[in-house]
Amino acid sequence: MSTTDPTATTADPVLEVADLNVQFPTDDGLVQAVRGVNYTLRRGEVLGIVGESGSGKSVTSLAVMGLLPGTARISGSVRFQGRELLESDDKELSKVRGRGISMVFQDPMTSLNPVYTIGDQIAEAIMAHHDIRKDAARKQAVELLDLVRIPHPEQRANAYPHELSGGMRQRVVIAIAMANRPDVIIADEPTTALDVTVQAQILEALRTAQQETGAAMILITHDLGVIAGQADRVLVMYAGKVVEAGTADEVFYTPRMPYTLGLLGSLPRLDVKTDRLTPIAGSPPSVVNMPPGCPFSPRCPLAQDICETEEPALEPGPNPDHLGACHFSYRVEGHEPGDLFSEQADDATPLPAGTNEGEARR
Amino acid sequence: MTETAMSPVHSKQHGTPVLSARNVVKHFPVHSGGVLRRRIGEIHAVCDVSFDIYPHETLGLVGESGCGKSTTARVVLNLQPATGGTVEFEGKDLGELSSKEMRRLRRSLQIVFQDPYASLDPRLPVNEIVAEPLRIHGLYENGGKDRVRELLKTVGLRPEHGNRFPHEFSGGQRQRIGIARALALEPKLLVLDEPVSALDVSIQAGVLNLLQDLQAELGLSYLFVSHDLSVVRHIADRIAVMYLGKIVETAPAEELFQNAAHPYTQALISAIPVPDPRKERSRQRIVITGDVPSPANPPSGCRFRTRCPKFANQLTDAQREKCKNEEPQLVDRGQGHPSACHYAESLQLI
Repeated sequence: MSTTDPTATTADPVLEVADLNVQFPTDDGLVQAVRGVNYTLRRGEVLGIVGESGSGKSVTSLAVMGLLPGTARISGSVRFQGRELLESDDKELSKVRGRGISMVFQDPMTSLNPVYTIGDQIAEAIMAHHDIRKDAARKQAVELLDLVRIPHPEQRANAYPHELSGGMRQRVVIAIAMANRPDVIIADEPTTALDVTVQAQILEALRTAQQETGAAMILITHDLGVIAGQADRVLVMYAGKVVEAGTADEVFYTPRMPYTLGLLGSLPRLDVKTDRLTPIAGSPPSVVNMPPGCPFSPRCPLAQDICETEEPALEPGPNPDHLGACHFSYRVEGHEPGDLFSEQADDATPLPAGTNEGEARR
Repeated sequence: MTETAMSPVHSKQHGTPVLSARNVVKHFPVHSGGVLRRRIGEIHAVCDVSFDIYPHETLGLVGESGCGKSTTARVVLNLQPATGGTVEFEGKDLGELSSKEMRRLRRSLQIVFQDPYASLDPRLPVNEIVAEPLRIHGLYENGGKDRVRELLKTVGLRPEHGNRFPHEFSGGQRQRIGIARALALEPKLLVLDEPVSALDVSIQAGVLNLLQDLQAELGLSYLFVSHDLSVVRHIADRIAVMYLGKIVETAPAEELFQNAAHPYTQALISAIPVPDPRKERSRQRIVITGDVPSPANPPSGCRFRTRCPKFANQLTDAQREKCKNEEPQLVDRGQGHPSACHYAESLQLI
């Protein structure tokens, strides 16, 4: 199997996304959910995509899987192992989904079928891609349940989703995702609905899944802490665009985009005593009928005239692998959040109608 | 429960507490299906919880879903009557007040809810939302209009936007409207039930700063209920950690992080990811297994023992018997602050 090829180098790309654009026509105008996203996922690595609600991080991965509704206008290129996915029809994509690329969603209750036992659902995933008898598939299902550390896997295989806790259900979803030894696992907010102690267990299960299958992983989350611990490389998204890309260390220690620095400054920390946080003023912009210029400029402490007219490209700085989309990247480097952002951020600016605003997160 | 009151969450601050909860118990009945709806059991949501909140102080109540932290907050506000125990506000027992007296007292005790989308009436303009408490308590006639403008300014909103409706505001702004409404009657204690967990990170910080400013300006006391230990560390003076209806450890905020004594607190601290890649990679992890047991049928003895890493890995069988048979009291076991573990041991995890 290609996934276990030991000669594959880490630089070997499995998934290449180039100039991906996703638009949704609505009554209020064109929603530009994803605007020109480029990234390369290398074999075996964990790529973290971080952003707030409405930043386009989930839509990007749904586009990769071909799971967006028919109304979506998608352009650009998504190449999986050299094969163009955006031009593939549904039948071809079905062969890739689950086998080449698999997905773990946020809410495990809605991603499992309530009327089938979990053993049957895992077996179904295996039989979809392999010519294998049902009892053999069931046996593999039990092994997978054991791998994601579900206690008493033989008995639990006969349980229905409602009989399991949220954490256990998410393990089942992970077992399904790894069932066909995919090359890429996309985990979209896999722990957001769970408690922290359970989150730690699920992150561990995801690690296991990734190591067992040798798959590369895209981990999408709004939680910078989760990204810091799990990701090798990080993409920061804002208003449908990648605004910063680099290794985890680069992005966290020497951010090149004021937004990234602002996010770090607004986080209360468990490890250090902070007296005052430095919030980012205002709210994320509307992605309907985007104005020209940098989408972060209304909230940016460094914004100049050029920021309102010209959108900065995602460009490398002194380090060629560390990209930032800011006209004034050099002014961000080496600064603490408090140097740039004021503690007294004014939240008084009203929003234009139809602003894309954070959905309630529990 | 035991006759001697469990040692309440002590404060190093002096003076009389604004609010004292003593041995608060809240059980919810579980009924069978069908016509008879027999009572077939009880959910032990809050079991024997005691704490004090002093003036100008923030008590953080943390725990995972189902630990009883929100129920505790509701019992404190007398929104739900306690099954047992007492809640005293400025020396008055809430359980013994007439509804008329309680209504007067509600001016001093206000709440801010988690979801700023569900807690504001979508059909009222913001001015009316903030004016509603004033009208209900008959205070609007005397300069209520100016008071509303002033309140909106206090929470960082523009008074001229008062004619707009909630849907025209962002999540963070809506939460500010909720805070303005809670402040309208000049309360002494605000109960904040997960006030920032529905907000994006960049917005959350502004609301937290606002809460700190308001406390400094108005001398408020906060009961800050949250699942997020990072947020609580930032805002709280003292922290009480809850597990399955009980407070398992309580300490001044800094001390809790320097000297966590209860295995659950330790697990909780070590499970929360830190936005610092190098630290995150090198951290000591205490991973606990399994899920929270059902509060309808909590384990005997120590409620945490079914998931406790210490119970599973370090204790001898004889020591385990004590965990199974004897409920650990919330007392200081030599760590400088109370914890409810027979084998409490200080551990610095960050």
